[in-house]
Parts: sequence; C-alpha cells; structure tokens
Amino acid sequence: MSTLELPPAAGNVDHYVSTEPFEPGSALELSPEQERFYLASQWKLMWWKFRRHRVAVVSAVILLVMYGSTLVTEFLAPYNLHARHTDFIYASPSPMHLVHDGHFIGPFVYAQKKSLDMKNLRRVYTPDRTQPRPLRFFCSGDPYRFWGIVDMSFHVVCPAQDGNFFLLGTDRLGRDMFSRILYGARISLTIGLLGIALSFTLGLVIGGIAGYYGGWIDTAVQRLIEVIRSFPELPLWMALSAVLPVTWSPVLIYFGITAILALLDWTGLARAVRSKLLALREEDYTTAARLMGAKPSRIIGRHLLPGFMSHLIASATLSIPGMILGETALSFLGIGLRPPITSWGVLLNDAQNVNVVALYPWLMLPVVPVIVVILAFNFFGDGLRDAADPYR
Amino acid sequence: MLLYVGKRVLMMIPTLFAISIIVFTIIQLPPGNYLESYIAELQAQGESVDQQKVAFLREYYGLDKPIPEQYVRWVGGMLHGDFGYSFEFNMPVTKVIGDRMLLTIIVSFVTILFTWCVAFPIGIYSATHQYSWGDYGLSLVGFLGIAIPNFMLALVMMYVANVLFGTTIGGLMDPEFIGKPWTLEKVKSVLEHSWIPVIVIGTSGTAGMIRRLRANLLDELQKQYVVTARAKGLPPGKVLRKYPLRMALNFFISDIGSLLPHIISGAEITAVVLSLPTTGPMLLNALKSQDMYLAGTFLMFLALLIVVGVLVSDLALVALDPRIRLTGGVAR
Repeated sequence: MSTLELPPAAGNVDHYVSTEPFEPGSALELSPEQERFYLASQWKLMWWKFRRHRVAVVSAVILLVMYGSTLVTEFLAPYNLHARHTDFIYASPSPMHLVHDGHFIGPFVYAQKKSLDMKNLRRVYTPDRTQPRPLRFFCSGDPYRFWGIVDMSFHVVCPAQDGNFFLLGTDRLGRDMFSRILYGARISLTIGLLGIALSFTLGLVIGGIAGYYGGWIDTAVQRLIEVIRSFPELPLWMALSAVLPVTWSPVLIYFGITAILALLDWTGLARAVRSKLLALREEDYTTAARLMGAKPSRIIGRHLLPGFMSHLIASATLSIPGMILGETALSFLGIGLRPPITSWGVLLNDAQNVNVVALYPWLMLPVVPVIVVILAFNFFGDGLRDAADPYR
Repeated sequence: MLLYVGKRVLMMIPTLFAISIIVFTIIQLPPGNYLESYIAELQAQGESVDQQKVAFLREYYGLDKPIPEQYVRWVGGMLHGDFGYSFEFNMPVTKVIGDRMLLTIIVSFVTILFTWCVAFPIGIYSATHQYSWGDYGLSLVGFLGIAIPNFMLALVMMYVANVLFGTTIGGLMDPEFIGKPWTLEKVKSVLEHSWIPVIVIGTSGTAGMIRRLRANLLDELQKQYVVTARAKGLPPGKVLRKYPLRMALNFFISDIGSLLPHIISGAEITAVVLSLPTTGPMLLNALKSQDMYLAGTFLMFLALLIVVGVLVSDLALVALDPRIRLTGGVAR
C-alpha cells in the first residue's frame, strides 16, 4: 500500500478517487507467518511454545543426556559395577588435575597413599604429589558383557596401568562410586519411566471408564480413589514392598516395586481423565459419533482422549519425580530394591547414619543425580504443561 | 449445618471400612500364618515354645478360622481397643505402641503450623511480585525443597546441629530425660531437638504449598473484583488484605487434604533417620520382621489420622465459607 498524498488544506478540494487497486478482503488476509501459525498441527504449536521456555529446554537436554548415558554405561564407567579394590576401602575422592609441576601433562590423578587414623579408626588417603598417574582414554580395562550379550573391554576412560582412578571415592568394599552411580542411573531412571507407563495406562482405562459411563461405576471408582488417597503414600509403599516374598529374584523385585509405585499413583490421572470425559461426552460431536454407531472404546480413544492428551502427558511427566523419590526412599530404608541390583537409593543405603556424613561424606554423592533428575523433570513438566496450551 | 456435619461424619464410615479391608489384606499377604512362622523361628533359635500360650493365642485371634471370620475378629477387637498381638515384642500391640501415636500427632501438627507460617508470607510475596528476582529465587529454593530427599536433609541437618550447637544425635530429647517426668529442662531439651524434624518434614510440604498458593492467588488477583477495587482507588495493601487474601485463607484449610498425607509420609522416613520415638522406626521394624498386627495397627492409625484431618478441614471450611454452608456442597 503506498502512502496517500493529502490534498492541500485550504481552498476548494477536488473530488478525489484513488486509482490504486482495492481488495476488500485485505484486512482478513493472513501474512505467511500467521498462516503458518494457524495451519500448524497441535504438536508443532506445542514444540514452538516449548522451545521458548529456556529452563525446560535445558532440563530436557539434561534428561536426554542422562537417559542416553544409560545405554552405554559400560563404556562410560571406568570400572565395573561390582569390581572391588580391597586395598582401597573407603578411599576418598581423587580429583582430576591437568598441570603437574608447572607442566601440562593432560588429565591425570595423583597416586593415593594410605595411612591409618587410630583415633577415628579409619583409613586416610592422601594424594602423593610426586606421582602423577595420567589417565588413558579409549582404552581397554575391566572386561564386561555389553548389554549382557557381547564380551568387550572398551572404556572411554581408564586409570593408568599401575594406578587407580576413583573420581568420587570408593565404598566399604572398595568399589568405585563414580562407576556405581553411572550404573545406578540405569535402574533409578527406568523405574520412573516403567512406573509412569503402568500408572498412565491404569489411569486412562479406569478414569476413562468411570468418566464415560458415569452412574454407579463412576461412584465406585470415586470411592476407591478416595480410599487410596487417604493412605499416606510412603507407609503404604513400605508395607507393600515389605511383603514381597523374600524368595523372589532381584529382577522380579524390581518389577514388583515398579508395580507398587504405579499402583498408588494412578489416582490423580484417573481423576483428571474422568472429569474431562464427563464434560466432553455431552458435546455434540460425541453424540454424532454415537449415532453413527461407534463403539465406546472408539469414542473414548479416538474422539475424546486426543483432545486433552497433551495435558495428560504433561501431568504424567510431573509425577515421574515422585516415583523416583519413592524408589530411592524405599531402597534407602532397605525394603526396596536389593543388591546386586544397584539404584541410587541402594547406594544411599550405605549412607544411613550420621557417622558417614562425618567420616565418608562422598558416600552421599548419589543424592546429587537424584536432585538433578527431580529438578529436571519438574522444570520439563512445567514447560510441557505451559506448552500444552498453545493458543494462550 | 448440623445435617451437613452428620452427613460428612457418616460418609467416613464406608471409607474407614474399605481402608480396614485393605490393611487386613496387607496383613494377610505374607505367606503362611505369622503365628506358625513365629513358632518356627523360636524353635530354630532353640527356645522352648509355650504350647499353652500358642494355643491360647490361636484360639483368641481365631487364626485357625476362615479369613472373613479373622477379619471380623480383628475389626471387632480394634473397636474395643484391642489391636492384636505383637509376636516380636511378645506383648499386646497397645502396650508396645505406648505414646508413639500421640508423639506422631504432635509432630505432624507442629509441622503443619510451621508449613503455614512459612508458606503464607512467601506465597503472598511470590504472587504479588510475580517474575521478580525474589519470586525466581524463592521458587528455586522451593523446587530444591521438593527435590532433596527428606532423609538426606535429615542426616545433614543432624550433623550440622551436632557440630554447631552440640545437640545430641537423634531422638526427641537428650538421652538422660527419657522416661523421666516432664520438667522445664526436659521441655527445653525437646524443643532443642524438635526443630530439626519439623524443618526437615516441613520443607517439601512447604515448597508444594507455596507453589499452589502462588498459583491460586495469581488467579484470584486477575479477577474483576480486584480490578474494580483497585480502580476505585483502594491502596494496594488494603486491596490485598480485604479481598484475595481471604480467598487464599480458605485454600489454606482445604489444602490440608493434600498436605497431610505428604507430611505423614515425610514424618515416617525422617523419624527413621533421626530415630524419633514416633511411629516411623517401629513401623519399619514391624514390616521388616513381618510383625503384621503391629504394622497393620500403624497403617490403620496413619490412615485414620488423615481421614480425620480431612474431616476437620472440611468442617472448618464449612464454618468459614458461607457458600459451602448454604449450598451444602463440599469444597474441592
């Protein structure tokens, strides 16, 4: 549109007609950006909105890296999960250095000298400043069976041939904490995902049935949810996991604990699904679908659920941290997972009394990844929830 | 009003009934009969078993009867104040428990008060100063409160208290006061010890409450009546005090329903770490040694605590909020 020239202010004004072509619908036309916005699919809108939430994006990246690391834990960990170093019991963390005697010699650790502290009855490890032990990279170290299938001995980082590399110290059996924390991520992280998958399914099915059918089914489900909610979560988890048979194998216990966590978690989701369905089933399009002969399962699954699926996924993400914390608490108390299955909670089980805090504080380090994951899931979930409302 | 209270109390009965069934099922879940396993354990340790006593216990708790009858006996006993027999301590559950339940109630109550006192000002500040540095900082602290596991916080705080103030490790009082009558010194000792559990248990609940309060208040602040009040020239402090805050107060009471289970869960695990003389450590031991009557009693008690807590909060809400009182609905 070109700028119109105003006629002179004084004097007679001629009748003026613009010769420019005039499009009556021009106000309604969309710019290419607007068009892209209005034509985008729901998931694309969510992605655009999500991308703007910085903290959530960072959290998502952290989570991706952590979950990715569980696929190749064997490569990343310098030692095996159960490798014991009997000469280095309760060794303190040995930090990584780059410069020795003013010379840059690449990443290395100092050899550790052991002495006994007879007052506190503990071993004291001091770095020997004269003996740098350069780390090796892309090397072969402890042999393992990758994913339980292929025999390998490749590690991204290994200690020097005659040295050790205990970045985060060792525990009471002389096992490297850093490697154990990496391996623990496998269990701690998957238990949240498995648990949420289970509770998500339970919540969808039970909430869906209650919401769609209403009536006495709805009442019964509501009462059940009320009863489950009036139990304090942790004691009930404790009770259920304590009655898992002692004869079960650790793997079965793992699935058992996951099921227990999920069994008490679905109520919130079921409530959300139910209240939404109760409202949506009165909509015209539902009636139309019913008149055309669609089965309830199709109406719920095809027409009703997709309408608020993004919200459900967001709220499910927000309940993963609770599960991870639950497993950590149970294992910490000694009634959750059992060794040789190693989760962060199982590792923290060694840090049960205050002596540990005073003498071997590095045994509490597994709590750091727990905090990071919980925070990341919370921020990620918040971002998702905001993004699930794309037009706002 | 009376009608509503009556209806609300009556509604508790089916809930408690269902809870008791769940608890009883859990008691029954360990394989075999606990009396038998108790006898087997005694025999394995080479101790003699008093056959007469065993026969009496079996008869008394109906352990050879079908399961529904056992349930009826168990529930019937509870109504009379007989909670069963602890096979580990070898005495009735009521004697084993002592004043642990009372202490649990006290700790939970104090923690709720603490949560309110902390969450209220912070929540209001966060909502009125949305997206300020203070809001971000407080939110981060709140998130940390959710993310740090209770038990680790308890361990570290206990250590810090010991190093900084010389407080003895664990327990609710110095060891020399245990079993002594209440004196001023004892009260002081209890106060010295109790701030740790209260803060530890309170943190995660407080963090959650601040977030909910903030969201609630933000919704309220955008409503038309606030805009009107402001447009008419009321000073901001008065607007806040006269309108949205009163709505937020309601929320405080109705939120007990979600706060209480949280606090009780947190209290259990914190009590284990700090070895408080509350239900936590004993429940854990009972579960580990499958002393199921004892564990069942604790579960039942904790659930009852929550049900009653929610009842009290509902009733308080009715007294406070005329909308609920007049329409007879429940605020949820």
